[in-house]
Amino acid sequence: MNDSQMPDRPRGLGARRKQRIDDLAATSGGTTVAEAGTVDDSGGVGLIASAWRRLRRNPIFLTGLAITVAFVLLAVLSPWIAPHDAADNPLIDKVSRQSNPIPGPEPGFPLGGDDSGRDLLSRLLVGSQQTLLVGVFATLFGLIGGLTLGTVAGAFGGWVDSVVMRIVDVMLSIPSLLLAVSISALAAEPSQWTVIIAVAVVQVPIFARLLRGSMLAQRGKDHVLAARALGVKRSAIILRHMLPNSLGPVIVQATLVLATAIIDAAALSFLGLGNPDDSKPEWGQMLGQAQQYIYDNPHLAFYPAACIIVVALGFTLMGESLREALDPKSRR
Amino acid sequence: MLKFIIRRLLQLVVVLFVLSILLFAWLRALPGGVVSAMLGERATPESRARLTEAFGLNEPLPVQYWRFLTRALQGDFGVSTGVQPGKTATSILIERFPATVELSVVALLLAVVVAIPLGYLAAKKRASFLDNSSIVVSLIGVAVPVFFLAFLLKYVFAIKLGWLPVSGRSSIPDATQVTGFFVLDGLLTREWDAAWDALKHLVLPGIALASIPFAMIFRITRASVLEVLDEDFVRTAQAKGLSHRVVRGRHIMRNALLPVITAVGLQVGALLAGAVLTETVFNFGGIGEALKFAFTLRDYPVLQLLVFVAALTYVLVNLLVDILYAVVDPRVRTR
Repeated sequence: MNDSQMPDRPRGLGARRKQRIDDLAATSGGTTVAEAGTVDDSGGVGLIASAWRRLRRNPIFLTGLAITVAFVLLAVLSPWIAPHDAADNPLIDKVSRQSNPIPGPEPGFPLGGDDSGRDLLSRLLVGSQQTLLVGVFATLFGLIGGLTLGTVAGAFGGWVDSVVMRIVDVMLSIPSLLLAVSISALAAEPSQWTVIIAVAVVQVPIFARLLRGSMLAQRGKDHVLAARALGVKRSAIILRHMLPNSLGPVIVQATLVLATAIIDAAALSFLGLGNPDDSKPEWGQMLGQAQQYIYDNPHLAFYPAACIIVVALGFTLMGESLREALDPKSRR
Repeated sequence: MLKFIIRRLLQLVVVLFVLSILLFAWLRALPGGVVSAMLGERATPESRARLTEAFGLNEPLPVQYWRFLTRALQGDFGVSTGVQPGKTATSILIERFPATVELSVVALLLAVVVAIPLGYLAAKKRASFLDNSSIVVSLIGVAVPVFFLAFLLKYVFAIKLGWLPVSGRSSIPDATQVTGFFVLDGLLTREWDAAWDALKHLVLPGIALASIPFAMIFRITRASVLEVLDEDFVRTAQAKGLSHRVVRGRHIMRNALLPVITAVGLQVGALLAGAVLTETVFNFGGIGEALKFAFTLRDYPVLQLLVFVAALTYVLVNLLVDILYAVVDPRVRTR
């Protein structure tokens, strides 16, 4: 342990001093996020600009970004890439309930079919669309709900804050999956949208807590006090001065939630609360439905699971490296 | 200190009160009301009227809520309609709770025992191969759906290799039961083979369930050790020639573990959610599996009680963690 540390120390000190200056530049340049983005490199470097400078060379971030871009491209292009229609069942003759419920691979169908004789490869490719939809909308709805609650609590403080935060506490005290399952049980008929809403509700208290924390920190900041002293309207202070500056951690969280939303949707399908209509495939749904054939045909579960893992990993890699880049403490 | 505990207890009461209102409202908001939800296809006007009467659904809402609350406070949540029909929800809980506690404790122990030393080493050798690879493993741990990991472990180690049991908690049906914790029971009654057997049943579900808290505890330990390593008092301690063991124990770990304690408390919620999935894959017979059945069979008395208990466990554990934290770190009390 000694030899690993000794040569490190002088370098560490120098780097730390440089980093302090870097931090100072970032904070002085970045009064507001909008402003920070426009500051050029010759003067102070804004928080976003300096974060980007570090991210550009970070292999973890680039891997995550590459996976995400590939995933989005696949979702957009899959109808043209997929060899067959995902809802069509060309292999239905090969499906027999007694001996062989799952058609194996054959020419033109490299991964074989599913229990309804549909081409597995095409369903995996097209499945990226609904998966992206679930991830994006669940995150978006959770974000909107959390932003509203968190802004109200953080901006007004006092008893409004207490009431909102007690509700948030209760939501947080119910284990996330149980909350999602309870919400989806409220729907008369499960569909893709009930899955999305159930997954989104789980994220609301997390976003709310996060935003409230950074809004509270903003309330005492100089630029907010200055705006208040200048007689800027309360709503304008909240929306134009406090909210934009509190968004950093929220954006990071949103990136991470894209991954958990897809995983949670898969868990709901596994518990039998997913979207029963499988004409438009979704990876979580495919994984959930594969459970019944899992001992004889585990490949039905492996392929969608692998897709989910890779995509979730992509979002997580991106989110974690964003967090590190935006956190002044971890700039080392 | 006493004031701190009293304030936290008051907050706890408020949270539980709001939770009871939510649970009450939730049951009434079910599609078509609780009666059609429970009767389903079999609903006839007579059976509907009987159930409506039995649940007191024809009375005003505040009266209904009051009755729900007073009964709930006496531990009476009604009779199961689907999981184990005829049994009270409370007896189902008492029967199954030890299994989930046993599994969660094993999972948490596994996670803590591996994640904290690994987090320390990763931070100490920052950007080394060990650091980078353990970060990647912890990130993959987050990205893999728990139920898929559980299935994978079961498929490889139980079905293909046959090293460990496929499902359940025990394969010795006549083992003496004392506490409901099978491993502990085996040790207490000196039925060593029963304890060993119960332990073997815990390995695979334990590893699957540990994947969630492992990733979180590892990352927080690593970040926290990194922060403490940079502190002046650590440098001073090293400079004045204290041994590495003393610096590590007294200066680094004592301070770095504070945020880790909080993180472990917060993981209890994730453990309970993960238990639903893991127990379902392994037919483990705890409250997680009961929750899955209760949702599938629309057994609302059991559901209400189990969701309430899950939330209560989470809140109580975190209260304990906060108190522990205040004992360890005097700075917290004054906040």
